[in-house]
Amino acid sequence: MSITTKIVKVGIADLKVARSPDTLRTSGLGSCVGVVIYDLSLKVAGMAHVMLPDSTLSKRENLNELKYADSAIEILVKTMIDNGARKFALKAKIAGGAQMFSFPSSTNILRVGNRNIEAVVEHLGNYHVPILASDVGGNNGRTIEFNPSTGMLKIKKVNQGEIEI
Amino acid sequence: MSFIEKLTSYQLDILKEIGNIGSGNAATSLSKLLKRKIDMKVPSVRVLSFDETMEIVGGPDETIVSVFLRINGDAPGSMFFVLSPAQAEQFVHQISGDKDFSFDQPLLTEMGLSILHEVGNILAGTYLSSLSDFTQINMQPSVPELNIDMAGAILSQGLMELSRESDYAIIIDTTFNDYEETSKQIEGHFFLLPDPESFDKIFASLGAF
Repeated sequence: MSITTKIVKVGIADLKVARSPDTLRTSGLGSCVGVVIYDLSLKVAGMAHVMLPDSTLSKRENLNELKYADSAIEILVKTMIDNGARKFALKAKIAGGAQMFSFPSSTNILRVGNRNIEAVVEHLGNYHVPILASDVGGNNGRTIEFNPSTGMLKIKKVNQGEIEI
Repeated sequence: MSFIEKLTSYQLDILKEIGNIGSGNAATSLSKLLKRKIDMKVPSVRVLSFDETMEIVGGPDETIVSVFLRINGDAPGSMFFVLSPAQAEQFVHQISGDKDFSFDQPLLTEMGLSILHEVGNILAGTYLSSLSDFTQINMQPSVPELNIDMAGAILSQGLMELSRESDYAIIIDTTFNDYEETSKQIEGHFFLLPDPESFDKIFASLGAF
């Protein structure tokens, strides 16, 4: 019997949940941050691709909650629990938040990578989800893939090969 | 919802014309620089979700060479000049005569990168100044930045300003081909992404509300 595994793609400002043997992937993270929350013994994981740090700064009313670190993490934790994960067993891994451009007089929006990381760390802390590993900052884009059965996060960068955390 | 859904076809035509004027001039500069014929397609104005934006250049994973600059002034926005690594290599070969330049090498030569930077600077500068002349809007380019990285990582930066207001981007996209290399189907793109508040100014300057 062969087991077919599927790669579940997570788009920009998107959130998906996968169970072993499927994996979760999001491509081309720049200043965006990929947040993975998982319950290793149940082999279930959720991934969010957040773009901006704070939904309270938005000018819009009907906003896409998955775009912002604060609201996306709230939904991610909730979705994981709805999928049977146990709150005490939740762990997190994060990657992204690069500074792609280094304008000397950069406007705030161009430093969004750092602000995204800070927001993600803060909000995961609010839900008491420990961050076991992270690969953040720098100035390279990342493609990440998470395997719910091993709990490993594979990170690929242009011209730098792959690492696993 | 957002202003993007309220655009009239007349306004879309104006955006198309803006792309046409800017990139027409830029293509001329490029042609002079390379001493070759450059084919330019009629610009398209696309309203795309963020994920779709990445698909234009081959998906978020695709490695691209991009020159990015912010437009400052009365109608701020972002601008990208995007090439595939293969085409960027060709540019460098053509201009410098250094046939060894390749993105496969771990260390890129300063000269090659500098050439790409300058090509991007000249083209984006031409694009912007013709745009600014046409609309009579004050626009100044920032110092351009050269990046070789994943499309998703680079382009999402240009979407940041928009993303605070909308889940869609209006992209004025012009594709051009190196005329003598059409068989290889190498393409480059100019992307102009005005910030949300700039659209009203652009339309007002050209008498379309």
